[in-house]
Amino acid sequence: MAIDEFATLTTTAVPLPIDHVDTDQIVPARFLKATERKGFADHLFRDWRYAESGRPKADFVLNNPNYRGKILLAGRNFGCGSSREHAAWALYDYGFRVVVSSFFADIFQNNALNIGLLPITLAESLVCEITNRTLENPKTAYHVDLPAQTFAVVGIPLVAHFEINAYKKACLRNGFDDIDYLLDMQADILQYEKKTRWMRT
Amino acid sequence: MTQPKTLFEKVWDAHVVKEVAGGAQVLYIDAHLIHEVTSPVAFNGLRRRGIPVFRPEQTVATADHNIPTLHQDKPIRDALSAQQLAALRKNCEAAGIELYDIGHVHNGIVHVIGPELGITQPGMTLVCGDSHTATHGAFGSIAFGIGTSEVEMVLATQCLFQTQPKTMRISVEGDLHPGVTAKDLILYIISRLSASGATGYFVEYAGTTLENLSMEERMTVCNMSIEMGARGGMMAPDQTTFDYLQGRAFSPKGPDWDRAVAYWKVLSSDPGAQFDEEYRFKAEDITPVITFGTNPGMGMPIDAEIPSPKSVKDAAASFQKALRYMGFCEGEKLLGKPIDYVFLGSCTNGRIADFRRFATLVKGHRKAEGVSAWLVPGSKAVERQICEEGIDSVLKAAGFALRQPGCSACLGMNEDKIPAGKYAVSTSNRNFEGRQGPGARTLLASPLVAAAAAITGKITDPRDFI
Repeated sequence: MAIDEFATLTTTAVPLPIDHVDTDQIVPARFLKATERKGFADHLFRDWRYAESGRPKADFVLNNPNYRGKILLAGRNFGCGSSREHAAWALYDYGFRVVVSSFFADIFQNNALNIGLLPITLAESLVCEITNRTLENPKTAYHVDLPAQTFAVVGIPLVAHFEINAYKKACLRNGFDDIDYLLDMQADILQYEKKTRWMRT
Repeated sequence: MTQPKTLFEKVWDAHVVKEVAGGAQVLYIDAHLIHEVTSPVAFNGLRRRGIPVFRPEQTVATADHNIPTLHQDKPIRDALSAQQLAALRKNCEAAGIELYDIGHVHNGIVHVIGPELGITQPGMTLVCGDSHTATHGAFGSIAFGIGTSEVEMVLATQCLFQTQPKTMRISVEGDLHPGVTAKDLILYIISRLSASGATGYFVEYAGTTLENLSMEERMTVCNMSIEMGARGGMMAPDQTTFDYLQGRAFSPKGPDWDRAVAYWKVLSSDPGAQFDEEYRFKAEDITPVITFGTNPGMGMPIDAEIPSPKSVKDAAASFQKALRYMGFCEGEKLLGKPIDYVFLGSCTNGRIADFRRFATLVKGHRKAEGVSAWLVPGSKAVERQICEEGIDSVLKAAGFALRQPGCSACLGMNEDKIPAGKYAVSTSNRNFEGRQGPGARTLLASPLVAAAAAITGKITDPRDFI
């Protein structure tokens, strides 16, 4: 059950410079009743995006036709709160492939990596600078190079390095997920269970 | 001489199956708790791959997140909720997983029943597709929330890929003042560290204040570790832990019990063990706390004035946005503000000790006119004990009615939603925008603060009643 492979991406970005965006904002709990991973793009930022009547709220960035792109430029502590993977699904299904923040909540970061959504952590000052560039000129394009671990502003000499766990990088590049690897380790797992059985009686 | 280890490192190291190139580890999971919301897509994944659940006997399921808290004996009216519960039943039956379905004597919120049944034990690794899994760390286990892809991994292999978090110790010394509870303690800590102050860390709670807490109070503290970003929080097991666990359904019995306790006794941080970060607080500095904003780090003493963004750690434009949402201004006092709803319940404060505290304060008073109070036991066992101890009569005499167990208004997945614009004093764990219902305004607090609000109809210092 592979995830989509990720190598490089050149795209514009959508700015959302708000700190502590929790997963209840990304997908409110009332939309978690699905038994299939379907339809979550419609629920992305539901209550920020739509009025109760269902009418789009003009002041929310996803409803602003000027801002398009596969990168979300987020504030600090993005994805905090509930562990719902639905938040990562919604971002991905909406079309985002990268989220940039100065730091991510742990569970969100794992969830994102597990489904092929690349969380890129950059210095706060840099996230601010990039966000301002996009706010001023929505056509500003960025180039993400996963093999090289770089995030660049197209057309100017601004290239930043980002960190990613080498194992997760390999998964994303090759479109593998953790279960593919874990299933290959069954002998190790059985041996571990045998050795530690006393701990589980 | 071996290197001194922290409690976290002892438990973690005992569960590493294999180191993987690139700084990840394969971590073995002893116990896996599942519920109706975050498991169906994981089971779909297993079916697509054509693989079975690897260790169904190490997995326990409950229905809690979306279930109604009234008329649980009747068919569920919400079609999507019913469908999700049907999927859980079907998946558990096919895999041979024990399910404590709605109405079952063991049913309840996943983080209430795990400890109650003795599933949660010191030294184990425990996961669940729910961020408040940190609760179980109160027993000296490494417990943390995971996403649905990870639920599928654990179902498939009983293992997870993990990178080892950094360690943090938070020590609190001294006695808590009367009227100050474990909930105030953790809300205080989060307000000091901020909603992201422990991101990337696994927390160990230590010090005499924590040691003197009951297991239920320790669970309240560990439960909210995630609200400051921590992967989890834990405490060294001690006699309080052993006494709580002895004789519970899943607890070891006979010689196994003695052997288990002997092992559990070595589970504490060695003298000289190094933490990546340490914080120290004094219990005497802690008062009843209430939140005024839209993340759990925005808490203050109940009798204080809302701080200005400049004086708040982690402040930004987000601070003003939060105050606008709540309808509050900086410099304003919250004491005396009218409230509309009170919610007692959740995996944070839905245990018997919480109902006892609430009942003690409301005894001899009447629920205020115009306040809707939702009192939701954390489990069927809590519900039974409330009746056995006569707490239900005290509550009834004061004008309160009990609902049936479930996650309820904590996340508003079922019908228990706080209406838009209304103020709810809530014993749950999150005050995010819309968390308890679209437009709902949540003030997080202890069961005592909730009780004082319920009988006065406004934000009230519970110390006025004790």
